[in-house]
Amino acid sequence: MTAALDTSVASASLPMTKALNAGLRRAMLDDPKVLLMGEDIGPLGGVFRVTEGLIAEFGDKRVLDTPLAESGIIGTAIGLAMRGFRPVCEIQFDGFVFPGFDQITSQLARMRNRHEGGLIMPVVIRIPYGGHIGSIEHHQESPEAYFAHTPGLRVVSPSNPHDAYWMMQEAIASDDPVIFFEPKSRYWPKGEVRFDESGTPLHASRIVRAGTDVTVVGHGAMVSVLLQAAELATAEGISLEVIDLRSISPIDYRPILGSVQKTGRLVVTQEAPGFVSVGSEIAATVAERSFYTLEAPVLRVSGFDTPFPPAAVETHFLPSPDRVLEAVDRVLAY
Amino acid sequence: MISPTGVFEPNAAAEEFLPYLDRLTEADYRRFYRDMVVVRKFDTEAANLQRQGQLALWVPSHGQEAAQVGSAYATRPQDHVFPSYREHVVGMIRGLDVVDILRMLRGVTLGGWVPEEHGNFHLYTLVLASQTLHSTGYAMGMQLDGSTATGNAETDQAVIVYYGDGASSQGDANEALVFAASYQTPQVFFLQNNHWAISVPVARQSRTPLYLRAAGFGMPGTQIDGNDVLASFAVTAKSMDDARAGHGPSLIEALTYRVGAHTTADDPTKYRDPEELAYWVARDPIVRFRSYLKGLGVEQQFLDDVDDEAADFAAGARRRALEITGPEQSVIFDNVYAEPHPLVAEQKAWLERYEASFDEGKN
Repeated sequence: MTAALDTSVASASLPMTKALNAGLRRAMLDDPKVLLMGEDIGPLGGVFRVTEGLIAEFGDKRVLDTPLAESGIIGTAIGLAMRGFRPVCEIQFDGFVFPGFDQITSQLARMRNRHEGGLIMPVVIRIPYGGHIGSIEHHQESPEAYFAHTPGLRVVSPSNPHDAYWMMQEAIASDDPVIFFEPKSRYWPKGEVRFDESGTPLHASRIVRAGTDVTVVGHGAMVSVLLQAAELATAEGISLEVIDLRSISPIDYRPILGSVQKTGRLVVTQEAPGFVSVGSEIAATVAERSFYTLEAPVLRVSGFDTPFPPAAVETHFLPSPDRVLEAVDRVLAY
Repeated sequence: MISPTGVFEPNAAAEEFLPYLDRLTEADYRRFYRDMVVVRKFDTEAANLQRQGQLALWVPSHGQEAAQVGSAYATRPQDHVFPSYREHVVGMIRGLDVVDILRMLRGVTLGGWVPEEHGNFHLYTLVLASQTLHSTGYAMGMQLDGSTATGNAETDQAVIVYYGDGASSQGDANEALVFAASYQTPQVFFLQNNHWAISVPVARQSRTPLYLRAAGFGMPGTQIDGNDVLASFAVTAKSMDDARAGHGPSLIEALTYRVGAHTTADDPTKYRDPEELAYWVARDPIVRFRSYLKGLGVEQQFLDDVDDEAADFAAGARRRALEITGPEQSVIFDNVYAEPHPLVAEQKAWLERYEASFDEGKN
């Protein structure tokens, strides 16, 4: 067991896995009704070690290693939430959430509505997601649109360790179910985590790099791709404004519309296939609300509308800084 | 325990459960009979309401009254009950107003009642077997918050979940049994084998009697004559006692029969053998218990009074069903989320403005 992280200091440089761990620990210390459920999350600490040390500190009544059945994990979490607990479920990999999809969409998302407001469903479902890690089939998916399409759910994804620490605590404190997408490829790079304050509410999007020519929007691992693209664009004299979506449902449009007001050009990006996607929704909404400020069509840069390919060719599938810049060039050509 | 002709003749397997009958008085027997008769009359009336366009759908319980009444009386006030969608009399026994069930089937609510205010009788669940997992999670919660297995039979809690032979094939039912066995939840799985999942016979669901599956999950399984209200009571009472005392989960398979259609949208004459129906009608749970009560010397006047009460109950339910109003259109939006949600709030405001715009046109 590793010693629990000291969060009494002002800040620390941490990888996202440790920031999530610290966020979970903080929430468990703050509320005895918070408990963790999932496969291999006990002594192993989860396959990504996000829950490392927590069973040793809180015991097996707070950290439940479950049978290997995702519908069982979600369905029993619903029962525990009915009983007054605040379960945080770990789905081991993005592609393994679908056996629990029915319980999430038909039961968890609707339970409060069916009870006419008579209960709350404070369940968090953590899903490591996305590509860039060279893994095998069903281990690199980006299924966030399925959940964003489901009324009753909230869907968020942090892009950096600081947000991960705070958004995890805010998601657990939410009285609504939250699908918490953790970008696997951002699990290990370190970033500064400030322990004094979050700075941004759970469902707020945020400008992470100011610019003037084109607005680029993304979430999770795409944010670091967008920041790389912005750096490369500078060399060509192009200024990108980068927005980290953070919340996929609901979407906070104010920073996006404000930015487009300034730039007149928008590129939305995601690892997920583009057809009927989060990016499609943003493009449609910006067209509806900001038509006269647009100087060019809103373009999407997405994964292709194919299954996630064999890892050997994933770099051709995943939106790269160059693919983002290709779209930037196109919106600037108008 | 009670033969189809109404004679008390328990077989050898029933012996361990007979002491649980000592908990019952003749007043209880009368209550069992009364509830079975009342719910059947109500059930018929509700089906009529659907035929007359007053309900979107009805889910008959005709034939399954003994399984449901006996098991429901084996619960204690502190227990929690997770029904499927056909357990109308279980709800009544737990304190639910049947009109709340009609509200859901009339299409004015997706739920209908607050479980904690109605005998911990949870909402009907229309996706088969989903509730089995909720009930197991709830029972896990009882363990985690120390509300069970303390040794105090008056306060220790347990869960009973109802599902059927069709639902037994669902993954969720099997995952619930896995989790229940793994965590040793205080829980009884009450499987009503009514022999038909709409048009699919139980032989398609299972090559083995369903109670035998319990052993594979690592818990006791018992098969009962589900049309014998005393067997249903006694076996469930023991299983719930064991669950409250910390002895873990168990499964009861109640053999019964769906005498009516699956729902009012179904036509069982297309797939069922009339001889099979006749076989089960001859084993009717109410007729059988009436014979038994007569054997005990219960007077005809009581039986007649129950018939009158049932007719009044059904007529009252019909009258009140027709008085159901609502809901307000705001119900579309109001409880989708517990915390503010900009998109839903925006759409609620838009619909109000849109609909108000028609009134403006009139003025």
